[in-house]
Amino acid sequence: MSIKIDARGMACPQPVIAVKKALEKVIDGVIAIQVDNFAAKENVLKFAAANQCAAEFQEQDGIYSITIHKGQGVEKAQTIETVTENTVFLITHDTLGHGSKELGTVLIKSFFYALLEKEPLPRLLLFMNSGVYLTSENSPVTEHLQELAQRGVQILSCGTCLDYYELKDKLAVGGITNMYTIVEEMSAANKAITL
Amino acid sequence: MIKLTEYSKSGGCAAKIGPGHLSGILCSLPQMTHPQLMVGLDTSDDAGVYKLDATTALIQTVDFFTPIVDEPYVFGQIAAANSLSDIYAMGGKPLTAMNIVAFPVCKLDAAVLSDILRGGLEKVTEAGAVLVGGHSIQDNEPKYGLSVTGVAHPDAILTNAGAQPGDVLLLTKAIGTGVLTMAARADMFEEGVRAAIDSMRQLNKTAAEVMSGFTIHACTDVTGFGLLGHLSEMVTASHVAAEIYTKDLPFLPEAQNAAAMGLVPEGAYHTREYLKNVTFASNVADVLQDLCFDPQTSGGLLLSVAATDAERLLASLRAAGVDEASIIGRITGKGAGTIYVY
Repeated sequence: MSIKIDARGMACPQPVIAVKKALEKVIDGVIAIQVDNFAAKENVLKFAAANQCAAEFQEQDGIYSITIHKGQGVEKAQTIETVTENTVFLITHDTLGHGSKELGTVLIKSFFYALLEKEPLPRLLLFMNSGVYLTSENSPVTEHLQELAQRGVQILSCGTCLDYYELKDKLAVGGITNMYTIVEEMSAANKAITL
Repeated sequence: MIKLTEYSKSGGCAAKIGPGHLSGILCSLPQMTHPQLMVGLDTSDDAGVYKLDATTALIQTVDFFTPIVDEPYVFGQIAAANSLSDIYAMGGKPLTAMNIVAFPVCKLDAAVLSDILRGGLEKVTEAGAVLVGGHSIQDNEPKYGLSVTGVAHPDAILTNAGAQPGDVLLLTKAIGTGVLTMAARADMFEEGVRAAIDSMRQLNKTAAEVMSGFTIHACTDVTGFGLLGHLSEMVTASHVAAEIYTKDLPFLPEAQNAAAMGLVPEGAYHTREYLKNVTFASNVADVLQDLCFDPQTSGGLLLSVAATDAERLLASLRAAGVDEASIIGRITGKGAGTIYVY
């Protein structure tokens, strides 16, 4: 069974109400709905997710066409299988080791390159103090970190540190965290390694 | 039975013109300066303040909106509580009020309007103020609110520009009236909707009276731009940075369920897009992020209080019946108005 809804011109919460009514009728099938504003699109996707339905959308000329799958039609999202272990790295410098800064930059690059080659991957990388330069724009290791993130490694930077170095607007990889989370994560790890 | 909300597209403070649009419009006007003008347009504050003499400052505000609930009497109560709130947010006491009314006389029974006005008057009286007049026009969409005038000692005026590093941020009402009034339109989350209505029609009077005995550095009320929108105005005007702890935020019952169900007002998305100074920690759930932007109607007071006074103020507020009062964050230091949300 499939239902089509034209919700263009409708203000929130009307599109959500329309989808709610349609979902009550459909046990196994597809609901296709068109909306013409960002908030309505977001809200319909949220409603679908809250009701354990898969949904995807396409946008053209400001019109969002959303398809919601209910019942057996729900396709499981593809996940990339990666092996991670409960190891946490705390990176506190933008270079590796003490001594020449030039050498330190070369070493930190090869460190992340080597880390990518190693299985299982760590669960989490925490960046503190000048380490946050590595997760920001113009970092020498952006590509390595992006690949690690894609393969399921969580990457978090210390918010206070980003603030201090005025890098908050320049964060390029991963999310922001605080000291409580950093302490919790390090305590919960099987292995916590500080660089 | 009539359903008032069917006569309007968006209700309450969610009907506000967004901060992005508004600042663009207002910046084209010449700046008003006057020796007696204490608070004007420039700091996006809750009300204007004019110093009459050494002991009295005049506080003026106006607020009106489209129906947010179906029951006319309750709509009147909420609109009035919301209008009066701006006086409390400036540290003042409301003295006089005037009605502003737009009403479709041909479409709706006159009794509806008289119920709205009765609700408004009840709240004006509860505030200890006097209704002295008003103005009404014919309009397809009903609208109601009040212009309120209050007074305070010039030294007791609370603006949004005085927050200091080390201050504690305290909020006096639970968040979620935006998502829950959407839920009311969708006939969902009845319990939450009832709680939202009770919260919206509650005056900020008690909170304002209690806080007058403490060292408050800045104050604003949380309305259409949501918690983060109004906090952003405060930290920007005060040249400080702040952090908010979502685990400590008071939420109305079922507000999180309503947000998860996609009952998020359009204004929340606009404010989120407009605010470039807000950063969320990666572990803050989407639902909590949405609620941080949820446009509030007749929301609570957001106080920046000296850290030494914070716990005592919280205890006094709770003891006075301001049950939802909570410490929600702090001012971290000097800054350009950045906000971290954990």
